[in-house]
Amino acid sequence: MNALTEAPARPPAGWRAVARKEIADHLRSARLLVVAALLALTGIAAVYAAGGRIRDVAAQASDDPSLFLKLFTVAIENTPFAFVNFVALIGPLLGIAFGFDAISSERAQRTLPRLLAQPIHRDDVVNGKFVAGLAVIGMLLTALMAIVAAVGMVRLGVVPRAEDIGRLLVYLLVSIVYIGVWLAFALMLSILLQRAATAALTAIGAWLVLSLLAGLLVQIAAGLLAEPGSVAEAELQQALGRASPALVYEEVTAALLTPELRTLGVILPEQTFRAVPTQLPLGESMLLVWPQMAGLVALTVVLFAVAYVSFLRQEVRV
Amino acid sequence: MDGPVISIQGLTKRYGEVTAVRDLDLEVRRGEVYGLLGPNGAGKTTTILTLLGLCEPTAGSVRVLGLDPAREAVAVKRQVGYVPDSVGFYPTLTGRENLRYTARLNGIRSAEDRIADALEQVGLADAADTRAGAYSRGMVQRLGIADALVKRPSVMILDEPTIAIDPEGVQRVLALIRTLRAEHGMTILLSSHLLHQVQEVCDRVGIFVRGRLVADGSVEELSRRLSGGRTVVEVGVADDAGTAAQRVAKLDGVQEVEREGDLLLAVCEQDMRGRIADALTTAGHTLLHLRQRSSHLDEIYHRYFHERTD
Repeated sequence: MNALTEAPARPPAGWRAVARKEIADHLRSARLLVVAALLALTGIAAVYAAGGRIRDVAAQASDDPSLFLKLFTVAIENTPFAFVNFVALIGPLLGIAFGFDAISSERAQRTLPRLLAQPIHRDDVVNGKFVAGLAVIGMLLTALMAIVAAVGMVRLGVVPRAEDIGRLLVYLLVSIVYIGVWLAFALMLSILLQRAATAALTAIGAWLVLSLLAGLLVQIAAGLLAEPGSVAEAELQQALGRASPALVYEEVTAALLTPELRTLGVILPEQTFRAVPTQLPLGESMLLVWPQMAGLVALTVVLFAVAYVSFLRQEVRV
Repeated sequence: MDGPVISIQGLTKRYGEVTAVRDLDLEVRRGEVYGLLGPNGAGKTTTILTLLGLCEPTAGSVRVLGLDPAREAVAVKRQVGYVPDSVGFYPTLTGRENLRYTARLNGIRSAEDRIADALEQVGLADAADTRAGAYSRGMVQRLGIADALVKRPSVMILDEPTIAIDPEGVQRVLALIRTLRAEHGMTILLSSHLLHQVQEVCDRVGIFVRGRLVADGSVEELSRRLSGGRTVVEVGVADDAGTAAQRVAKLDGVQEVEREGDLLLAVCEQDMRGRIADALTTAGHTLLHLRQRSSHLDEIYHRYFHERTD
């Protein structure tokens, strides 16, 4: 007899059962309402901003072929906030909201030993919860973008080209991956830290530092290390900034939704002198930020691996 | 399969400096109810988690239904129902929904009948559609048993099944354990530190102190072994206990007499209550108390426990 025939058939993947239950939980939870409200505000702000300023933009560049993308990148008057900025800001909160108590709540409710005594592998629990969180986030974000796009089309009469739709889809995907980084981070904290409140605070602290303060910190550090105003300073600033997933995500977003953007490197005014403003095709834009996108995926994998290994080593008992 | 359902040989589990279980040997046979008894922190839960592959042994071998839980945890967990120490459920889901999730995790399709059966068996059919958050501790414990029954296991492991529930709840849980064995031929391993509560349902018990199994056998066997084949008679008299002790000690067949508070303990070769009573009353003593020391599990446990810690 060999081991294969002896082993009973594997049950249907446990992570699916976990994910199914978690999705149902998320959809019934109060936090979904909070998150949906935040996203609704984002959508309203975006449409409002575009409504106010897109006409000016359109008037200036009536031959701008990617006018539709402006719907997502034009900021509200006198503020730096466009749709993409809102998503960059609120996205991490979404990830944190659906992950910070994933495992610690099972411990607090004393359901973890019972859950792990079912015929599933331990990683099924982590995988299922991650998939569920990402699925719900994906649904929310997709719905939001679809609504903004639809309202934009109706109110502004701008119709997207196939190229624009492609760019927006890639942007959506990258945004989900980026939020996945934060979901994986929150999930990891929910394993490492016993209390959900501590995990939430830690995650929000990291979010503040990496999203809001990162730009400032990087500026200060680069200013101290390199000669102020030099090309070296600008380059150092960019290099340091790549340590923050938020700034990396910003770069990717800019490249994807601004077809005119031809390089992310430091460019001097004389280099662009008399340059003909043209647009890159989607493939070229993606090539530009390919390392950044790969970096975001890699970061998710690393966080996930830490979460996974520490969960395997943890005692089942509280 | 005629071998033992659960077989543990030389199990040792260390957590850093602390040894939770030392060189444990244990066998549970098919269809018996085995009670793993001992104070808190004796290593009972660690042993149980090892049986489910939720905890890796430092040394020794463990077999459940012939499988090694450290390697074939999923196969073991498919056949073993486990009700953890102070089991919990998702408070926002109803009892039935909680069990439905368990059924899905076990890959059971069309589980509604099984779930209804399990809830019926533990007497929760009426509360099935109430949120688990509103259940009493006793109901949660019974839901825990129903939860383990959904997978129709051949082995049940119950960790502290009677803890923190009211006396009526304890009786219901014990009755349930008896039914499971009688009607389903289930092999049951339960752990408890409340010995008198579970002694009546256990075929065999193992007394577990500080990571070691200090005694193992049926309740009668343990009491016989502990007393070394002797019988202890408690005697209480109204008057001069010293003279009474001397009188009793002079009787044939009484090996020695000890004082324990107001009581005299006569260690005899057999039950000599009749002769002790005769001797004392004829000598003019007023007899207040006369009792053969029982084989109550609490006593057994206390004596084993004290012997080991002294």
